[in-house]
Order: sequence, then structure tokens, then C-alpha cells
Amino acid sequence: MSGHSTYQPQNAFMQWMERRLPIAGLVYSSFIVYPTPRNLNYWWTFGGILTFMLAAQIITGVVLAMHYTPHVDLAFNSVEQIMRDVNYGWLLRYLHANGASMFFLAAYIHMFRGMYYGSYKEPREVLWILGVILLLLMIMTGFMGYVLPWGQMSFWAATVITNLFSAIPLVGESIVTWLWGGYSVGNPTLNRFYSLHYLLPFVIVGVVVLHVWALHMAGQNNPDGVEPKTEQDTVAFTPYATIKDGFFLAVFCILFAWFVFYIPNFLGHPDNYIPANPAVTPTHIVPEWYYLPFYAILRAIPNKLLGVMALGASIVILAFLPWLDTSKVRSARYRPLYRQFFWAFVIVCIGLGWLGSKPPEGNYVLFARIFTVYYFAYFLVILPILGKVEKTKPLPNSIAESVLLKGKPPLGAPAPPPPLAKA
Amino acid sequence: MSGAGGNRGRLHAGKLTQPAQVRLQAARSLRKLVAGGLTEQERDCTVTTMSSAEPTRRDFLYIATASVGAVGAAAALVPLIAQMNPDASTIAAGAPIEVDLSPIADGQVIKVFWRGKPIYVNHRTKKQIEEAENVDVAKLPDPQPDSARVKPGHSQWSVLIGICTHLGCIPIAHQGPYDGYFCPCHGSVYDTSGRIRQGPAPLNLALPPYEFLSDTKIRIG
Repeated sequence: MSGHSTYQPQNAFMQWMERRLPIAGLVYSSFIVYPTPRNLNYWWTFGGILTFMLAAQIITGVVLAMHYTPHVDLAFNSVEQIMRDVNYGWLLRYLHANGASMFFLAAYIHMFRGMYYGSYKEPREVLWILGVILLLLMIMTGFMGYVLPWGQMSFWAATVITNLFSAIPLVGESIVTWLWGGYSVGNPTLNRFYSLHYLLPFVIVGVVVLHVWALHMAGQNNPDGVEPKTEQDTVAFTPYATIKDGFFLAVFCILFAWFVFYIPNFLGHPDNYIPANPAVTPTHIVPEWYYLPFYAILRAIPNKLLGVMALGASIVILAFLPWLDTSKVRSARYRPLYRQFFWAFVIVCIGLGWLGSKPPEGNYVLFARIFTVYYFAYFLVILPILGKVEKTKPLPNSIAESVLLKGKPPLGAPAPPPPLAKA
Repeated sequence: MSGAGGNRGRLHAGKLTQPAQVRLQAARSLRKLVAGGLTEQERDCTVTTMSSAEPTRRDFLYIATASVGAVGAAAALVPLIAQMNPDASTIAAGAPIEVDLSPIADGQVIKVFWRGKPIYVNHRTKKQIEEAENVDVAKLPDPQPDSARVKPGHSQWSVLIGICTHLGCIPIAHQGPYDGYFCPCHGSVYDTSGRIRQGPAPLNLALPPYEFLSDTKIRIG
């Protein structure tokens, strides 16, 4: 996306508008004629899905905010009123709660796609880092949102997570008091979490704009990891990518609707239907499923401060991925050894998630520690070494070539490919 | 129907838009690149990436998808808009109320609330009833006989919504030259029947829906 768009409006009003605020031209060049690699597969639809989920969460959230009361004595009942009295309140609440789960599901798939195909590599490092920032913002937003219904899990999750900061030496306790606005989680905490929960999604919108801008500067990656060289390598975004995104969004929404209408409380914890009781901690505190892997890492380390640092490091380390992975080859399609470590990493992440839901006893602790070691070793040991020693498969010369010669041997090393004559 | 398929990809007569050019270019170059390798079907596919004059399957799919999408979007809007309507608890709180008239003395006005609105229940004296009835209705700013503003046989009971029809303040009872109501905000004067007599208010005080359950009890709402 460099220079003026090629949009030439026919309509007189649009010509008038384009000269003053060329927003139509921006949309045209970014999402209509934008050259998109022709070999993108369905893993590339999750960016669009995430944008849709962000909009859905904001819309359902703003509408829920019209009926919610952020006071410790009234919050729980206001949510029950939404469920029972507000027209379609049950639908809006279930859409928002399950929407958060779907949002994280799409985000994790989106990130795994990036890791598999090397979308974080040069020149997309800033794009990737913006993504890590988006993940952090999502985690904060989701955490604060979960506190709002003021159930048992809401209250105790707030207590546990804010207490993490007490691990910081010297200033830890002051920070926790500052976060709470009191001597324990209470009304001031709930009020400020509500305010920030309303704010952060709009911060996310802003960072998403930067994320898409960074994407358009570099152009999209593609499953072969070979940059587009000629016009034959790309197609216009609309209708090809638009329809592909739209189709898979519909499939994704079917899964979303399945949860919302058939099993709306499956992903939640029943204890959150008990009003918050500061005197009694539930026997089995767990965060929502999308935080479980990080929770497992936190609990795996027996030292309080080191556990908190490991928790933070497990997310921050993602930002260094472009430099930790030393391979010159982008896509795992051409890195057979890397591929095996990658899938092991995926299994480790899912395993950590499962272990996070289990009580921290016996073999669960042992496996959580083993998996945590693999998690960090993947970034700090495996990727740096792998890039230097692995044998990669030969890359296709171009995207067009790889698309057309699917299944056939590539027009590789021995003879040069036949020249592409212009029509 | 040639417009539907034929103009897509064309800027103006003869010239192709950039996307169509890209597609055409791509189709031609790909054909050249793998001249021997395409099956009959693949060759047909590369040719038909160009837009044609006949309505195509693609046109049908576009229109069908857009229609279903539009219906879906409208359906999605319904709960978002409906949720702002009064919810079940608000509707329940707005249920009819019963007012016992027996403690209200002759000449006394009480104020009750229904659906958040102040309701004046006025036990009018004989003198007030006579004055309210002996009025030249045609000369009133909002002509209405007193009989239309009370229940038959119960003309001593005046039940009115105590919201000034000017800009919504609550008029004060037992005030003004007619011993009716006086609105302090802009000086509107109502009589004991709640009819506007002087001042900027355009209409008589509104009547809530009510009925007599017995001589000493009414249900408002």
C-alpha cells in the first residue's frame, strides 16, 4: 500500500468526496484490488474472523452495558435480570460470554498459523509484535470482563490474579493495593475494572488498525513463504479473499452458534452462578479455558516470584520469535524437521491447557513442569539451533509455480523455468 | 440481464478494470506457462475467469449470498434493537395500582405514582364541581366539558396525570384563580377539572386509564 489508490469514481458525489477525504479510495486499494497471494489456504481466514469477533464483542458488550450495574451489591442481580427480564438479554449475554471464547480460539489458531508459516519473519517482525500486544490486551480485557458478573469465580479470580503483583519485590504490595483501590478486592476494584473493560476493546481497535497497516506494508505471507514476484502470483482481494473469508466466517459462526444455543454454559464454570462470597474460596479455582496454559506454567514453578515471571515470560517471549528463529526458510512446508517440533509444541500447549484445569497434585505437576520446559526450550533452544542445522526442502520459484505444479515435481534446480511471456 | 454479468470488470465501454485485467492477464499467462498440462476442464476454467454477457452461476451465487446475508443482518438487528424496550421487570413494575379513596377528605388532593408519573386524585367539593361544570366550553383553550373528564356518577373524583402539558413540570395543587393547579415553571393555570385556562400549556392535563372497582376504590392503569 504505497502512493495513491487507483480508485477512479464515476459518480459525481464520490469524485467530490475523494478529493476531500479519500476514504473510498483507501478501502478500494486496501480491500478490493489489494493483491493477495493466490495460494492462501483457509488458515488465512482467521484475521477476518478476528475482526468480526471484535466487532461482535463490542456491539454485544455496549448493549449489555445498558443493563449492567457495576456495584458489588447489584452486579450479580443485574446480570440475572439481563438473563431473565431484558428482551433477548439471555441471547446477548451468551453471545458475549461465548464470543470471548471464540475470540480466543480464533486468536490462537491465527497465531499458530503465523508460527507454522513463518509469518513473523522479516519484514513482518513489527506486524508480529503488534499481534503479541493485541494478545496481551485481549487477555487483560477478558480477565476484567470475567470479574464483572461478581460470581464466586469472578471475585476469586480477581483476588488471585491481582495478588500476582505482590510477588514483585519492594513495591509489590503497594501495587496490589493500588490496583484494588482498597485493602482487598471490593467495590472500587469492580468499578475500575468495568471502566477499563469498556475502554480496552477500543484500544484493541486502534492496535488492529496498526496491525493491518503493518500487514499491508509488507504484504501477506503465504503458505509457501515465497514472496509474490509477478502479477500471476496474486489475485484481487475482492472477490477471492473476501468470499473465502466470508465462507469460513460462516462455518466459524456455526460453531459459535452451536455453543450459544445448545451448550451456552459448557465453557464456563458453574461456581460463577454463586454470588461472590469474600469469606469462602471455592475448592477448585480455575480461570476460563483460554488462560489455562499460562495458569499451568505459573503453577509449575514452585517459587512465587519465578512463577509469576515465567507466566509473563511465556507471553513476552513470543515477541522475540522473529529473532529466535534463525531459519532463512519461512514456511514449515519446506522445513520437515521444524514441522515435527512445531506440532509437538502445539500438543504441549494443549497439554498445558488440560493440566491447568487439574488440581496441582502428583503427576499433573510433573507433566506440567516437563511441558513448561519444552515450551521455553522451543523458543530458546530448539528454534535457534534448528535454523542453523536443519535441511530444508527446495523452495518453489514462485507462487504461481507452486499452485500449478501441486503434486508434480517442482521446476527446481536443474533447468530454469520456462519464461512467462506477457500476453 | 447483460448488465449484471457484463459490466463487472469493465470501467467504461471497452476498457477492463484493473482486477479484470489482472485476471485476464493471469489466465492468459497461466495457460502459456502450463500449455500441455491443463485438462480440458482446467482450460475452460481459465477462459471463463473473464466476465461474460450471459448471467452466470457466479452472478446467481453473488445475488443469493447477498440476499441471505441481508436477511441475516436484519435478523441480527432485531435483538439489538429490542433489548432497549422496557424489560419484564419494568413492565411488571408498571402494572396497575389500586388506590383507596376512603381516607381522602372532601377538598383534599393526594398524589400517587404510576409508571413513574405523578397522578393527582382530587376529592372535589360541591362548589368546585359546579364551577367546573358551569363553563363556556367553546371559550376554553382546549375545549372539553367536565363530564368528559370524570367517570359517570363519580364527578367528585378527578384523576389526572400531574404533568404540565407545556414542558413537563408538576403543577401544584390547590393553587391559582380556579383553586385548581398552577405550574410554577412558566405560569400555566389549570382548573379543578385539569383543563388549561391561562398560560403557555397547549392541552388539558392528561387522564390516566382508570376505573372504579367500588365507590371507594379505583384501579389506575
